[in-house]
Amino acid sequence: MNDKLSRRRLLTAGLGAVAGVGGWRLAANVMDRHGLIPANCRGLYGASETLTYAGQRLLTKLPSMAREFDRSQISTVIPVNGPAPKTDAFRRLLAGGFADWRLTIDGLVDRPRAFSLAELKAYPSRTQITHQACEEGWSFIAEWTGVPLAHVLHQAGIRSSARYIFFFTIDEWWDSIDMDDALHPQTLLAYAMNGPEMPLDHGAPLRLKVPRQLGYKNLKYLSKITVTDTAKGVGDGLGSGSPSAGYSWYAGI
Amino acid sequence: MTLLFVRQDVRIDVPRSMGEDMVAALLCPIYATVLSTPVDVPRHSLLVRLTHWITAAAFLVLLLSGIAILLAHPRLYWGETGAVGGPSLIDLPLPFVLDVPIRGPGRYLHFLAAWICVFTGLAYVVIGIVNGHFARSFAPGRGELSARAIGEVIRGHLRHRRGETVPASYNVLQRLTYTTVVFVLVPLMICTGLAMSPTVTSVVPLVVTMFGGQQSARTIHFFVTCALTTFALLHIGLVWQSGFKVHMRAMITGKNKRAEPAQPEAA
Repeated sequence: MNDKLSRRRLLTAGLGAVAGVGGWRLAANVMDRHGLIPANCRGLYGASETLTYAGQRLLTKLPSMAREFDRSQISTVIPVNGPAPKTDAFRRLLAGGFADWRLTIDGLVDRPRAFSLAELKAYPSRTQITHQACEEGWSFIAEWTGVPLAHVLHQAGIRSSARYIFFFTIDEWWDSIDMDDALHPQTLLAYAMNGPEMPLDHGAPLRLKVPRQLGYKNLKYLSKITVTDTAKGVGDGLGSGSPSAGYSWYAGI
Repeated sequence: MTLLFVRQDVRIDVPRSMGEDMVAALLCPIYATVLSTPVDVPRHSLLVRLTHWITAAAFLVLLLSGIAILLAHPRLYWGETGAVGGPSLIDLPLPFVLDVPIRGPGRYLHFLAAWICVFTGLAYVVIGIVNGHFARSFAPGRGELSARAIGEVIRGHLRHRRGETVPASYNVLQRLTYTTVVFVLVPLMICTGLAMSPTVTSVVPLVVTMFGGQQSARTIHFFVTCALTTFALLHIGLVWQSGFKVHMRAMITGKNKRAEPAQPEAA
């Protein structure tokens, strides 16, 4: 009697384990196909990062537009985290009024190319007054004008296999966003802030604006875009320079 | 009815009538000793115990990681925006700590513990409603909400007799406090937390506008933390004061000692 019970328990436990592992892998596959697995899904915090990212991406299947404000709500105090680079190369670009600056785009696009600032300004533009919260805890509201990233990606002929848009900056920082944010109407390549110009310390000549994520995703001093289908090939494979500094790749919260 | 030869560590059925008690006690001295050993009665259910300890651990992690996050910018504002260089609501007497080894893990741990808290809390609330736990243990009884009844409970606290047993049910102050914590303060923490998410507010702007803006939500998040921490310290203090061992036993094993019945004379 005891023998039968322990054998039965062993079989049940074994089958349960196989079903559990199988079910887990099935769930992971389904989630991945629906874009619910984040770039930094591994490691100690991978599970909770995945829960957060998947939960928020499921939520954004509903209409999702960052709040836009009135001109009167624009902040007078806007601190600077990450002032303009002091390198000679940047100074030369600045001296030439950024006429020699280019935004190159490569990777999974049909027509890799480089854009000048004048070309970007000639594209259809969007102006939006949005809220930006720094991870540290302070926040401000400003008006941004730029070309929607989606338009630029379509100009370069982005391929359907694309999953991540990587950004590289003049001051050697890098980060990425997923396609949901990349094609969102409020995601801009901004060339003007609170007026016709982009102030130097706020990201001149071009800054990424992703109003549905925290401030640190809004990269300044852009120089290159690379379109990929995986985060693994870039840097430490976690999607952003941020995780190695302890910041999540996904900053929707 | 009785066992004539009884081992001390064996639980036996206690006869129900006093007559049987006395006959048994006369016939068997050992039996009399066993009769005087208190019997365990159940106190806290498995649901309550599991969720209690998981939430306690998660709360500690949330608190410590929350402090790490706060120290990146220990100023509180009201409204939608605020930054150094502009007016604040309160400048907390804390240093600005921007060291990455503190901030990074702070955020990761905070959201990990938040998920654990949310899942545990959801299970606790749903099951607790369905099995009547809240109706029994949280709802104040008739007449318990009078100033006199509440005053009596407070006076009882001040007398603080250490007991051998845990009271069989929560007193009215406990009921009011626990109800406030579970159904007001913790939901506020979650809502103000979500209000600080630019993605959540892009889908449900109400969750931030209801507080008056992102900075208002952040400030309320801080003050509710203070309230919950005060509750936690008072809670631990009162548990300590009123019989730490029996309370811990009840909340870990779920068992409480039944108050001892009158002991018959041993033969």
